[in-house]
Amino acid sequence: MANWVPLWLHRLGSPPVFYRFAGAVRPWALGLALALGAVALYAGLFVAPADYQQGDAYRIIFIHVPSAWMSLFIYGAMTLAAFVGLVWRIKIAEVVAMESAPIGAAFTFITLATGSLWGKPMWGTWWTWDARLTSELVLLFIYLGIVGLYHSFEDRRQGARAACFLVLVGAVNVPIVHFSVNWWNTLHQGSTVRLVGPSHIEASMLWPLLTMMAATKLYYIASLFARVRADLIASEGGKAWVRELLTREEGAA
Amino acid sequence: MIPGSTASACAAVLRRDLTLAWRRRGDIAMPVLYALIVTTLFPFAVGPEPALLARIAGGVVFVTVLLAVLLSLDQLFRADIEDGSMEQLMLAPQPLALLVGMKVLAHWITSALPLIVVAPLLASMLRLPAAAMPALVLALAIATPLLSLLGAVLVALTAGSRRSGMLLALMLLPLCVPVVIFAAGAVAAAQEGLPWLAPIAWLGAGLVMAVVLAPLASAAALRIAMES
Amino acid sequence: MNLAMGAYGFYVWTAVAVFLIVLLIDTLAPLARRRRNLRELRARIARQENRRRPGTPSSHESHP
Repeated sequence: MANWVPLWLHRLGSPPVFYRFAGAVRPWALGLALALGAVALYAGLFVAPADYQQGDAYRIIFIHVPSAWMSLFIYGAMTLAAFVGLVWRIKIAEVVAMESAPIGAAFTFITLATGSLWGKPMWGTWWTWDARLTSELVLLFIYLGIVGLYHSFEDRRQGARAACFLVLVGAVNVPIVHFSVNWWNTLHQGSTVRLVGPSHIEASMLWPLLTMMAATKLYYIASLFARVRADLIASEGGKAWVRELLTREEGAA
Repeated sequence: MIPGSTASACAAVLRRDLTLAWRRRGDIAMPVLYALIVTTLFPFAVGPEPALLARIAGGVVFVTVLLAVLLSLDQLFRADIEDGSMEQLMLAPQPLALLVGMKVLAHWITSALPLIVVAPLLASMLRLPAAAMPALVLALAIATPLLSLLGAVLVALTAGSRRSGMLLALMLLPLCVPVVIFAAGAVAAAQEGLPWLAPIAWLGAGLVMAVVLAPLASAAALRIAMES
Repeated sequence: MNLAMGAYGFYVWTAVAVFLIVLLIDTLAPLARRRRNLRELRARIARQENRRRPGTPSSHESHP
């Protein structure tokens, strides 16, 4: 009973199995993500009451916080996949790691942009060098470096392995950056104004936030599976299972 | 030294790299000239007012030296990969990590050390007070090998690909951030007359870890990038 | 429906726009890549078929 999980994971390591699994799961993940996202966005923008300090500007939180969480969560998932890919040389793990990077970069960008848009009306500035913002910016550079390194190799698998190594190096560095920037701020700048949301969040504000968190996670799965499937077609093109796929897809694409 | 032993192999790699660098002595002057030019441009850019210059002097000198080291880092493995010596090193019975460590040491001696010697001159051009000089030199002495070691790991990763260039800078920046923060913090504290040993100690700890881990990581990265 | 968002409309709606546009691009990009990969794969197979049986045109063969 207890070993069906590793068995299932092991079977997922096979590209055709993963391809089919991802193809089955993706529409549901995407549909659910869109539905939950729409509900969360509507509730956050129109149903939740205005914050007594920040008025309606605080509503950006329903996009900003889930995106920030995803930018870190995706890096964690990517680190796990990169580790598995490097240590056990499992190709699917490498592909999952590489295809997670652009999604993570997208969420990091959204976090930075929406944070700026929130900061300007509330705290009067588009940018400030506080610990969280600076380390989020560095995280964006790390994501871009991973994508750049992966694409700079002629050989796809070699590039994936090098980039997975970079993922692990970056994983160690992310807490170091945050930690050191925190010190730097307290060493030099005194107390900077902190970008913290409402301190006691009431239920009517909490549930849209949590719903959006769930929606973004499901979206990540949907997007990841779409990307992995697209990549498998290219990289496994010589194999019989892809050719069969092609004859079945005739006329569909 | 017994020929064929690890120690003699390391000495041989070090001697070889230093000799090769000495044959192109002109190239050693390049980072120094670059740093000199950049430092000279700053008073033109921000105005010659001594108070302002003194405030930014430590940071400017530090970042300039860092960039100069970064620019020369790209060449760390390139020549050896192109003429096939890198593969010989990878096939050697001695641990690749040690041999790579020697290459990084040679690189530091030829590119960073001249910069460290010149740094007090650059800093005084920008009116850094004498009280902060020891902090600056010490911070550079610890931070530059740290950056060389970290940079070596990233250069090793891009070793197999043709188009590194700016990609290296992009990848190196996140790793540089903590180093710059602590080093510039030490210099700034020294300028204010505050105790500045703590950030230096952090840098020292980072250096110790890098000396142990970075050669191993570089060797692993080289094997990953070179297998084709 | 408080569309003006209490004078913060520009900021809130721009944030929503950034969110939706970035994720829309992220959704569409893999679909385009998939279509492109399938097309290239078909072309590759057609070229290989043609090499094995020279002169036999495949229904998907494309002339450069």
